[in-house]
Amino acid sequence: MKLVIINYGAGNIKSIQFAFKRLGVDAVLSDSPEEIMAADKIIFPGVGEASSAMKMLDESGLDKLIPTLKQPVLGICLGMQLLCKSTEEGNTKGLGIFQTDVKRFSNDLKVPQMGWNVIKDLKSDLFSGIKENEYMYLIHSYYAEHCEETIAATDYGINYASALQHKNFYGVQFHPEKSSLAGERILQNFLEI
Amino acid sequence: MLTKRIIPCLDIKNGRTVKGVNFVDLRDAGDPVELAKQYADVGADELVFLDISATLEGRATTLEMVEHVAEQVNIPFTVGGGISSIEHVNDLLQCGADKVSINSSAVKRPELINELSNKFGSQCIVVAIDAKQIEEQWKVHLAGGSIPTDIDLFEWAKEVEERGAGEILFTSMNHDGTKNGFANKALAKLSSALNIPIIASGGAGDIQHFVDTFKKGKADAALAASVFHFGEIPISELKKELKNNNIEVRL
Repeated sequence: MKLVIINYGAGNIKSIQFAFKRLGVDAVLSDSPEEIMAADKIIFPGVGEASSAMKMLDESGLDKLIPTLKQPVLGICLGMQLLCKSTEEGNTKGLGIFQTDVKRFSNDLKVPQMGWNVIKDLKSDLFSGIKENEYMYLIHSYYAEHCEETIAATDYGINYASALQHKNFYGVQFHPEKSSLAGERILQNFLEI
Repeated sequence: MLTKRIIPCLDIKNGRTVKGVNFVDLRDAGDPVELAKQYADVGADELVFLDISATLEGRATTLEMVEHVAEQVNIPFTVGGGISSIEHVNDLLQCGADKVSINSSAVKRPELINELSNKFGSQCIVVAIDAKQIEEQWKVHLAGGSIPTDIDLFEWAKEVEERGAGEILFTSMNHDGTKNGFANKALAKLSSALNIPIIASGGAGDIQHFVDTFKKGKADAALAASVFHFGEIPISELKKELKNNNIEVRL
């Protein structure tokens, strides 16, 4: 199993690497197109601001590479959002894998949503062994609207897509690497896809 | 629904837990990693490590500790204490801390909040505020509460939010250590005035205090140290009781 975490300078990837290490898998951090293309599984992380993250992808040419990948790819948090068509954060165009847009939470709510919330209406192998209404850890100010590719939903003021899947591309808004045993199970499921 | 968070706080000096900890089944009560794992297992939602090391060597050891915690603990954690530079924050995040908490350095140079949230994202920048109520006025205090300032708590909290903090950790010095409950009136005022999450700190003594701080204080999370470390309030029991009081928690 060759697992690569795409390293484009966005956020805390150490936690993801450590989570896989707890599962007994060494994840390689890489920004090399060759190494990414040769991987069996790919993690597309992201923490921080969308337009600057997109700029970093653009500068490295990874924005062209990622949509061509054929192996299972898991976008986490901002990584998932960047796989959508667009995001309101910094008026950023996304990679367009998921046919949905990312909007900002209403100011009637505490923003960012920070903490543990439940995921429900689960429909994907990614959630094998995960019960409905399982708790996941989330920190985000923007959310993906529902679309046909929704594979999990969460309520925060609005009901939104907390996970998406299109062919080999998976995206989760929550942080499985920080979501206790259930989160680790989701990462294990991804390894077994 | 988003749940209310329960956050044990650990004081760290030279990479070791300092405050007396009397926790079940610990081989080494001074080992922050082991303690953190225990807390994660019993249902803590997050952890805060407060570095009280006074020396550079001590801080370097804390950095190593942060990496060990990130390696072995599967819930989020915040590191605070003596952080005043972008480099220091970068080091902590690179070692695997999920959030950092700044306090006095932000009061001395408020631009630091903007710089940190622009560089790392507001989601990982917590601003801790220690305040004391003196004749109806809540005044911000520095250096672990030892230096009074003339700054009003509510004005400062608003500025902190506007400058890009993702969360506020508010400690009432009038309540801290008393075990008489949290500063719910001030907390409720903060929570209604601001649009970012507020962590209540200072005063936890029994389970009812947590119920009150979520209901009356409108806090998003509650932090405590000794009641957890000495097993006075087992976290699993606390969360069950919160649930019985119709407060959403992760069980």
